[in-house]
Amino acid sequence: MKVTVDSEKCQGHNRCYILAPGLFKVDEFGYATPRGDGTVPPDLQEKARLAVTNCPERAIEIIEDEG
Amino acid sequence: MAEPVQDWKTDYDIFSKTYIKDPFPVWDELRGACPVAHTDRWGGSWMPTRYDDLFNIARDIQHFSSRNVLVADIMPPPDAEYANDIDPEAVAQYNVGAPPITSDPPVHTWARKLLLPPFSATQVARWEAETRELCGALIDEFIASGRADGAADYAQQIPPRVIASMLGIPKEMSGTFTEWVRGFLELGLTDPELRNQSALSIFSYMNERIQERKQNLREDDLLSYLLTATVDGEPVPEPHVLGTCFLLMVAGIDTTWSSIGSAIWHLAQHPEDRARLIAEPELISSAVEELLRAYSPVTMARYVAEDVEYNGCPMKEGDRVLMNFPAANRDPEVFENPDEVILDREKNPHIAFGVGIHRCAGSNLARMEMKVAIEEWLKRIPDFRLEDPENVTWAGGQVRGPRIMPIVWPS
Repeated sequence: MKVTVDSEKCQGHNRCYILAPGLFKVDEFGYATPRGDGTVPPDLQEKARLAVTNCPERAIEIIEDEG
Repeated sequence: MAEPVQDWKTDYDIFSKTYIKDPFPVWDELRGACPVAHTDRWGGSWMPTRYDDLFNIARDIQHFSSRNVLVADIMPPPDAEYANDIDPEAVAQYNVGAPPITSDPPVHTWARKLLLPPFSATQVARWEAETRELCGALIDEFIASGRADGAADYAQQIPPRVIASMLGIPKEMSGTFTEWVRGFLELGLTDPELRNQSALSIFSYMNERIQERKQNLREDDLLSYLLTATVDGEPVPEPHVLGTCFLLMVAGIDTTWSSIGSAIWHLAQHPEDRARLIAEPELISSAVEELLRAYSPVTMARYVAEDVEYNGCPMKEGDRVLMNFPAANRDPEVFENPDEVILDREKNPHIAFGVGIHRCAGSNLARMEMKVAIEEWLKRIPDFRLEDPENVTWAGGQVRGPRIMPIVWPS
């Protein structure tokens, strides 16, 4: 599983960063990007889903592993 | 006296006393019957109440401008008309606006980039210890007596001091700041003379502080930051600095104070939520988001920039649209059991801070102040209640929150 942040949509609400600091980081303006290549460790998958449902800008997506 | 409302779909009155006290049934009715209502009152406006409509309109900046964001108002001139030097007469006529909240792109883009860094979560965290100390000192004043006004003695005291510290202006003036901001944003919304006087007081005061600070720059306050910042290699025009200082004072006081007050109001009536927050302190972050959702304080407005038909409503250039974010946050289409406060609610994409490019720049600050204010209160006063729920008074219109709220506890 991977997470992505659409930088066109993100407005720096910081919700994903508060919910899952292990998956997202924010820059000095508050805009979020996934940590590393966005890969979600198994123990953070629930947090990744929370980040998606709580983002007010609908900027976060999950890419499930194939197969 | 305004005529009582007979039909909320075509004649709503956001300043009616019953609506200010309990707007929730009205929103439920409108969402079902007429999701974009209209009124001719207070200069006329449209009012969406569904989450999706608020979401769409906030993001459609081509049709919905932020030139005017007050829910009942006069028009400031567009950014293009900014003068290069502060002209006292221009100040008196609000000629500098309150950028970037009253800006559209392209000015909005750089003005927002200028303002966001000092309000990032990391920067805001630097003010947490001082805020905690302030909350503790406020509680020291009244804890032994077993009673206090949770709005006037506590919630209202916090944000003006924090923003004064950040700006680098005297905290001792915080009572006066509160009076000015209420005069502009609350009592003045239906009283143009009071509104004008209050705005002028804030502009004149901030202008004096700016002139003073120019001669005596400091390392670590917002005034110095704004006065020394550059945009594309050029200093920020001084009228812009003044407008932004005006915004920081107006936007940072009434709003956060209302959120803290509503949180205390809720906890006073819900011993189970108090007990849970005390037993599971790690819930505070989601609890703050949930209280922001359920008791969102802020309704903004947009100005229709060109004729547009939205959901069958013929909106004309110059019309105002009330951005009823609080109603969106109670929409059952998005939030399960929306009228229930669930401290660990899992799906909570609330838009209490707006959505789109005008997302509240102070959201991290507001969250920090709410978190600290709730934590410190519960630490010292774990068991408390409203003295009489019927005696709580509310302000509303642009910013909704309790204003008189006697609280009692075993002392």
